[in-house]
Amino acid sequence: MTKLQTESREKFQAFLDVAFRLTTKFFAFAVLAMLVGIIVELFIGALPSIKAFGWGFFTSTEWDPVNVKFGAIVQVYGTLATSFIALLIGIPVSFGIALYLTELSPPWLKRPLGVAIELLAGIPSIIYGMWGLFVFAPHLSDDFQPWLIDHIGPIPGIGMLFQGAPMGIGILTAGIILGIMIIPFIASVMRDVFEIVPPTLKESAYAVGCTTWEVVWNVVLPYTKIGVVGGIMLGLGRALGETMAVTFVIGNAQKLSTSLLDPGSSIASTLANEFNEAVGAVYTSALIELGLIMFVITFIVLALSKVLLFQLGKQEGEKT
Amino acid sequence: MNLYQKRRLINGINLTLSMVAMGFGLFWLGWILWTLLDQGFSSVSLNVFTKMTPPPGSSGGLLNAIAGSLAMTLAGVVVGTPVGILAGTYLAEFGQKGWLAPVTRFINDILLSAPSIVIGLFVYEIYVASTHHFSGWAGAIALALIVVPVVVRTTENMLKLVPNGLREAAAALGAPHWKVIVLITLRASKAGIVTGILLALSRISGETAPLLFTALNNSFWSIDMNAPMANLPVVIFQFAMSPYDDWHKLAWAGALLITFGVLGLNILTRIIFRSKTTLH
Repeated sequence: MTKLQTESREKFQAFLDVAFRLTTKFFAFAVLAMLVGIIVELFIGALPSIKAFGWGFFTSTEWDPVNVKFGAIVQVYGTLATSFIALLIGIPVSFGIALYLTELSPPWLKRPLGVAIELLAGIPSIIYGMWGLFVFAPHLSDDFQPWLIDHIGPIPGIGMLFQGAPMGIGILTAGIILGIMIIPFIASVMRDVFEIVPPTLKESAYAVGCTTWEVVWNVVLPYTKIGVVGGIMLGLGRALGETMAVTFVIGNAQKLSTSLLDPGSSIASTLANEFNEAVGAVYTSALIELGLIMFVITFIVLALSKVLLFQLGKQEGEKT
Repeated sequence: MNLYQKRRLINGINLTLSMVAMGFGLFWLGWILWTLLDQGFSSVSLNVFTKMTPPPGSSGGLLNAIAGSLAMTLAGVVVGTPVGILAGTYLAEFGQKGWLAPVTRFINDILLSAPSIVIGLFVYEIYVASTHHFSGWAGAIALALIVVPVVVRTTENMLKLVPNGLREAAAALGAPHWKVIVLITLRASKAGIVTGILLALSRISGETAPLLFTALNNSFWSIDMNAPMANLPVVIFQFAMSPYDDWHKLAWAGALLITFGVLGLNILTRIIFRSKTTLH
């Protein structure tokens, strides 16, 4: 091979190198563009509604397609209330599961139990919804809700959350099912962060006579608290945007009600139910604005979760 | 009761509660799977795989929905995977300096858990609204957008597991950078990347929300990707929400198919990945 040929081959390879790098860079950029595109498109889609209602969209409870008057309070309340109930259930249970998997489980059971909990995340959300509607809700309305109405309903204050008819579907049911759905996400983050606690720390606590619980509560949890909050945020992000499961069981009533047993609606369920039937530019646009609100809220929550988990990782890196 | 006993008692109570929490988690998994088996198997028959979705009151199956789902998931994976692999390659191999890689990594992780119904809205806005009709392609695009972040994340993670010695050895032999990446590092992490693709596949096979506004539904046999397309999740949604008993039965049959397909894929990915990692 002559010198000239080698040189041109090298040049060609150098060209391919640059081409390859730029191609991958282009696609990395595409991921970024996707997020920007989503926000921009939703904003453009929401413009007619933003123009028509302005800030009033956030203060009105009205959702009236006939007279074309829209406000987001009912849906935002439904989204936040169901997610809050989900966290009330999801956090303690996930903590218990993570504690069991990291401290108590016999080693041979760890993997199968971990996989089983992760499979909960694998079940499609529409299955949760169907099961919730046909199996879980009837149980609730027959057994659990009458008890709530009889025993907690009469208590002043908190009682007003548990009044009305035991219908089975409603905000509470949606919240409980969301709680089950976010368990695997929170539990797996908690398990992972619990496992990074240096064994020396735990062993020194055991050596001065701490019980397992004291080690977990006073050593493991303070050490990993940023990560734990990050995991909870991840679960919250999931709960806020969950669509199908909620749509099946929330009842889809566009009205505000103090009782958690009453049907309501969340942003996602409203979109799923009404978007295809929406007539008129403003109606469609109001729905898109709802979607934009949801996307912005989940984006902030998930970003917070990422930042917290990243902090924990950095702290970990400094120590080792 | 002295302090020692009290501490033992608290410890005992809390550890028991932890076991109860574990049982609580498993209880729901068991209950849901049992319901599916119970309701699903009593509804699955040969008709499900050979007949079209019926109007209420007559018998039928889910053939068009199964075909539509397969077509759209396949198209989604085929479109989304190369994008994901290339972007993931950039993050792992060229992402050491500059602002693009850390920002993309951050955004990608958020897209990973972003609400899928918003993806549906997005595709509706950019594709369905401008073509003025729902279509299988719109559904496939929505699914592809969900595939991308999953594949990006696994590709990056897997490439980072490849020891630098391999890269250096190839570079020392005079291989150009792109050859090092394509022929050495990507090849070395093949099993991991396949795992990512299967994971993405299992994720999108059950997705309903992004298909509602994109593929819509179709009661007839259609493999035209440019027309509204039947798909299992939306058919299940529609049938389950209806008041008809025979539609409910078909919905349960579909639910059984989807769940065990998804969970099967999930377990398969674990097996593939595990057998690969234990080799090292």
